[in-house]
Amino acid sequence: MKYKSQAVAMPYFIAAIGLFVGQILFGLVLGLQYVVGDFLFPSIPFNIARMVHTNLLIVWLLFGFMGSAYYLVPEEAETELYSPKLALGLFWIFLAAGALTILGYLFVDYNTLASATGNDILATMGREFLEQPLLTKIGIVVVALAFLFNISMTMLKGRKTVINIVLLLGLWGLAVFFLFSFYNPTNLVMDKFYWWWVVHLWVEGVWELIMAALLAFVLIKVTGVDREVIEKWLYVIITLALVTGIIGTGHHYFWIGTPAYWQWWGSIFSALEPIPFFAMTVFAFNMVNRRRREHPNRAAVLWALGTGVMAFLGAGVWGFLHTLAPVNYYTHGSQITAAHGHMAFYGAYVMVVITIMSYAMPILRGRQANSNKAQVIEMWSFWIMTISMVFITLFLTGAGILQVWLQRVSEDPMPFMMVQDQIALFYWMRLWSGVGFAVGLVLYVVSFFIKGKEPEAVAA
Amino acid sequence: MNTPAYTLDARAADATAPTPHLPGDLAIWIFILAELLAFGVFLVAYAFARSGDVAGFDARQLGLDRDAGAINTVLLLTSSFFVVRATQAVAAGACARASGWLVGAIGCGLGFVVIKVFEYAEKFGAGVTLSSSTFDMFYLSLTFFHFMHVLLGLVILAALWLGTRQRRYGPDNMNGIESGAAYWHMVDLVWLILFPLVYVMR
Repeated sequence: MKYKSQAVAMPYFIAAIGLFVGQILFGLVLGLQYVVGDFLFPSIPFNIARMVHTNLLIVWLLFGFMGSAYYLVPEEAETELYSPKLALGLFWIFLAAGALTILGYLFVDYNTLASATGNDILATMGREFLEQPLLTKIGIVVVALAFLFNISMTMLKGRKTVINIVLLLGLWGLAVFFLFSFYNPTNLVMDKFYWWWVVHLWVEGVWELIMAALLAFVLIKVTGVDREVIEKWLYVIITLALVTGIIGTGHHYFWIGTPAYWQWWGSIFSALEPIPFFAMTVFAFNMVNRRRREHPNRAAVLWALGTGVMAFLGAGVWGFLHTLAPVNYYTHGSQITAAHGHMAFYGAYVMVVITIMSYAMPILRGRQANSNKAQVIEMWSFWIMTISMVFITLFLTGAGILQVWLQRVSEDPMPFMMVQDQIALFYWMRLWSGVGFAVGLVLYVVSFFIKGKEPEAVAA
Repeated sequence: MNTPAYTLDARAADATAPTPHLPGDLAIWIFILAELLAFGVFLVAYAFARSGDVAGFDARQLGLDRDAGAINTVLLLTSSFFVVRATQAVAAGACARASGWLVGAIGCGLGFVVIKVFEYAEKFGAGVTLSSSTFDMFYLSLTFFHFMHVLLGLVILAALWLGTRQRRYGPDNMNGIESGAAYWHMVDLVWLILFPLVYVMR
């Protein structure tokens, strides 16, 4: 670790992993509820479990992004963090707010939670992924602003690299677009229209900048390739991401009451959205092939390459699968969407956060890389989680195709719940794949506790 | 015609260009290809939509101002020619001459913008919107998307002009001006495809 203050990243990473475990536990609960409908009912109904599953994902990724920024920005800026104390304080505030919110979901009736937290003053609750109580939302904004202040000041007093600028652009964008979660028009079309400004412009806009910057940082470190080359790629990737992703928002505006031209705009631009992801894959492999040294942390290199491939498959290919309006007319809101959501989030954002944790955690713990044994376990966890996720995606895609056929295409369409019975086999297989994923995650956690001798660096 | 009149910046060539003869930066070419792909997909969608309603498309197309389009074609072609001359001037080490050519190129580009703005004003006045017909949607989207590229291209040309004023380019440093020139030619090329397809062909 080059700068002492980078150490504040550690609690963020630990919290991220802890919440990740929680997310997967709730994923298993949900997977079971799909086939055993009254499992844990009424203590944890499906809608609550789903809310916890998705909210935990977002919160732990935010922890991951913040931890990454605290690690990366000082190193890139070549200066200590502006205020490590502020970073540590924010960590506890954010953790407490996150935990209280999740506990609130689990133990307080959602209506009661809403009225107890000021939803009558400014209604922001009840929308998918943005279910957080008003107080939590305000907390997120305060934490985000203080965090951005801290890392922006760090960058301003130090070296301004392209990676830092792109990362900050992404993080500022994240905070700015979150503000639309406070805007809740009564007109349902308008409501959905702006809801996507948070949801879509996060994952298919500004988060892509964060992802590209994190990936670029790790690639510079593990390959030793010239910064200039990596920066050039970064420019191309973020331009492509923004050009396709911003107007690509249109693929959510097909059937919600917005003008018909969105069907063309959305289809055309989102058809191009795989390109930046493809560029990222080519980028990652190209840089690793041109590496100037063999970094002792082979696990981090594996995660970096995996991010490229899985983000392209999950976000690029599985997104394209149902993004054209004539296709989406049938597939909208089916299990195809769930398939895409799972692989895209895992491939793009989960994996990129794990990539940087995999690279940074050993250094934060005082070594270049973990012992060979620990790395082998970590790489096993990579393969088990990734392959499990591929199966989850394939089974959900199978479920989705059958669902679309039975429910929307066939001569004699069946009602939703009857179709759910028909596709139960796929749900069972998805559940077992989920168990596989959980095993991989346990191995991942275990890899942190395996000791042994640090491997030597080898010159390429 | 693969013999370059000058050598590329050796470091840049080593870093990004797989062949030493690629004019401009590899990154700009990736970007240009992505742009062409975007326009290509848009035009394929146009062809697809038109095949479903040929008569309707033809009728709306008659309302377009082909003369303005033709003048704009001449302007962009001329401007591209000026950019070529500017690049050649830089390669010959004559930065001052290059900035003169670039002023001409920017002037033509601005002419395009002015004519386009008048064309849009007339169309909007006549009630053409993104929702007035499928043809209108394509006409407005395609030309506006291109229009935005002209504006970006003008910004790039202005940056090149500034660069030539400050003598930042020369026979040994062609990367910047070639990259910018390549982008501007792309803007020109797209219009050369777009104009006949949307304004003229029936």
